[in-house]
Amino acid sequence: MLVEIWYFARIKEAVDCEHEKLELPDGNPTVRDLVDILSQRGENWRKALSDENLLVAVNQTVASMQTTIAEGDEIAFFPPVTGG
Amino acid sequence: MTVKIQRQDFDLSAEYEALRRDSRSPGAIVTFTGLVRDTSKHQLITAMELEHYPGMTEKSLSAIIDDARARWDVDQVSVIHRIGRLLPDEQIVFVGVSSSHRAAAFSACEFIMDFLKTRAPFWKKEFTEQGSYWVDAKDSDRDAADRWSDQG
Repeated sequence: MLVEIWYFARIKEAVDCEHEKLELPDGNPTVRDLVDILSQRGENWRKALSDENLLVAVNQTVASMQTTIAEGDEIAFFPPVTGG
Repeated sequence: MTVKIQRQDFDLSAEYEALRRDSRSPGAIVTFTGLVRDTSKHQLITAMELEHYPGMTEKSLSAIIDDARARWDVDQVSVIHRIGRLLPDEQIVFVGVSSSHRAAAFSACEFIMDFLKTRAPFWKKEFTEQGSYWVDAKDSDRDAADRWSDQG
């Protein structure tokens, strides 16, 4: 199943990627499963996605590592927000 | 309710007038304007870059405004946040709230700012003579947002 992934701020810089579409194995994968797949790409990916402050959103709503991902979902990884 | 994410600057008096015009029976209008600081950790800031998550930003700001409306009797709410490259002393954020009474307008304006800082997906990068840095989230901002949950 195809999902869309966005990376923001220091996460985007660490993995040198802003946006991608990725084919995930079917079978109700969780955000944790996605992180495990992405982490295999290299040390910069593993480090950026294992940051204890890492935030994740699924379909533009804050989610957790246990959140289940479905076909067509938009997933985003980003650090704690600093606007205002 | 208006939420605007924009590169261009805004005119405080025009925003104030819009709130005054659109409100039904305003007894009070409270506005807050945030400016880009010129120093950070004792370093001079030469510029700031504001990144955001299009779509989720608008969604989260609307949710914050809805939360404020559930707590206080507010009339109009207007939020503007700038993105892109900004220079020290430039206006970066605006929150305006109208209400029949000042207490609700003051509280709602502060509540919206506190949650904008801790929930809305914006990220600041500061540029100094020594290099550029992503700004770290502050505990004091988290504490400011947390105190609202103690008040029921």
